[in-house]
Amino acid sequence: MNTPLVSLTNAGKSYQQLDALKSVTMHLNQGEVMGLFGHNGAGKTTMMKLILGVISPSQGNVKVMGMAPDSKEAWHCRSKVGYLPENVSFYEQLTGLEVLTYFAKLKGFAKGHAQKHAMALLEQVGITHAMKRPVKTYSKGMRQRLGLAQAFIGEPKLLLLDEPTVGLDPIATGDFYQTVDQLKSTGSSVILCSHVLPGVEQHIDRAMILSTGQLLAMGTLAELRQQAALPVAIKPSGLNGSVSNDSQLSQFLTAKCPDTLWVPEQEKLNVLKQLLSLEGLSDLQVETANLEQVYQHFLSKHEPAGSVTKEKK
Amino acid sequence: MRQILTVANKEFHDGLRNRWLISITLIFALLSLGLTYFGAAASGAVGVASLSTTVASLASLAVFLIPLIALLLSYDSFVGEQESGTLLLLLTYPISKSQLLLGKFIGQGSIIALATLLGFGSSALLLYSQLGDIQVLTSFSVFIFSAILLGLSFTAIAYLISLSVSEKSKAAGFALITWFLFALAFDLALLALLVGVEQGISQAGLTQLMMLNPADIFRLVNLSGLDSSDVNGALAVAINASLSQGLLFTALLAWVALPLTIAIFIFKRKKL
Repeated sequence: MNTPLVSLTNAGKSYQQLDALKSVTMHLNQGEVMGLFGHNGAGKTTMMKLILGVISPSQGNVKVMGMAPDSKEAWHCRSKVGYLPENVSFYEQLTGLEVLTYFAKLKGFAKGHAQKHAMALLEQVGITHAMKRPVKTYSKGMRQRLGLAQAFIGEPKLLLLDEPTVGLDPIATGDFYQTVDQLKSTGSSVILCSHVLPGVEQHIDRAMILSTGQLLAMGTLAELRQQAALPVAIKPSGLNGSVSNDSQLSQFLTAKCPDTLWVPEQEKLNVLKQLLSLEGLSDLQVETANLEQVYQHFLSKHEPAGSVTKEKK
Repeated sequence: MRQILTVANKEFHDGLRNRWLISITLIFALLSLGLTYFGAAASGAVGVASLSTTVASLASLAVFLIPLIALLLSYDSFVGEQESGTLLLLLTYPISKSQLLLGKFIGQGSIIALATLLGFGSSALLLYSQLGDIQVLTSFSVFIFSAILLGLSFTAIAYLISLSVSEKSKAAGFALITWFLFALAFDLALLALLVGVEQGISQAGLTQLMMLNPADIFRLVNLSGLDSSDVNGALAVAINASLSQGLLFTALLAWVALPLTIAIFIFKRKKL
């Protein structure tokens, strides 16, 4: 299949006075994992709702699996879409199994099948032990896992996950990313929506950065890093001040951290060679800018005045 | 259709789990049994009163209770799910807004209908065993059927409220006001109109005004067949201009269908 699974063309959504999303164009291919980053009110949730077809775009158009998601024809595609909302508290008085069985039935599973499928999913997210307990007794992490299990119902072709790892412990987070990788390998596409997540880098193919409804940057991490042109941090140790004496190397030092050299990407190898030739070098740490720094970079470029955005929805 | 039944089934089980069914049934049963047995206490006798007295007192009781119960049961149906986030989630599922609404209506409506049938049915059987009059069963089936319609009507009205507000507490407030308007204030206003306006309104005009309130239609259905000695207030006047039972039931049915249709309309236009 060559046509992208999801495509937005100049899609935007405005409420009365607020442009929640301004003219965004993006494509998501099959089997691709996209990270969607931005502060609160950046338009992440609005974009997800557009893709889900819960709201209609006020401009441009949105296509999911070749159809407008808010149209009648797209109806049967909905059972192939999984969604984890940001804030959801499931029916408190029902048990985890009942909640999941209900949702599975609504996704088109027949009665007996729905329960079997629900149990398998509960096992996958690791809350089998609590499936017969009412949801009101669940901890935050367990609720999040239940939400994830709900999103995984029916092996979705497209998954939209809003803050999926909130409240998960590191092991559960690891399990979650494993599931994402697994879904990706079976050809599902995933949109992960988040403030910046630690550890998300290895699992996403591309990232999108949104701020106040505007698309700031989109591309693979390497591309974004290149665009941002952030310096590489090099931390040599055991040199006893020979760096600051070297006129060529000392230009990369900053007053804030006197032991770290901030070197532009293209200078990296030269500097490294020079450092290696110095005597007394005992260790060397090289850190390229991580996703969080790239993200901060794009945001600060967008808001030079540091204006705070607080709208939501 | 399957989607509707799935939702209905869930709502019905919620009603069972939350003890709604059992408590409504008990309330209806206790009150109606009490009224059946002690309805004649006012005239100095304990024992089964006359059929018309019993139905009259049951109807004037039900007209307050049923709307209140229906509103309580359903006012948070949508706004509650909206607050917890499940409404948004449900709408990403392959279920349409009207399917979701009808499913909820069938589920919660069944709770009200079943409770009405069981609660009032019990006293119908009791009265029948005491009086042995087949008239009891016919009067009661009219009563129970209209009571169910009244309950469904206020369930639909509760959905209107639930879909029009964005907070649960507001919905509760509106539900209370709605109940007060329909169950109490409307009648008082009618009486005031009857007494206060010099030229007065015609009987036909009064009856037409009563069609604007499902609670009054319910009263008319049940009291029009009785001796007007058991009935007083604005109703007694209206009853004299008696409308046919069929017409009244149609009006009551319209009071179920109309709010439900408007609720679907509001739901379709609702922003999430």
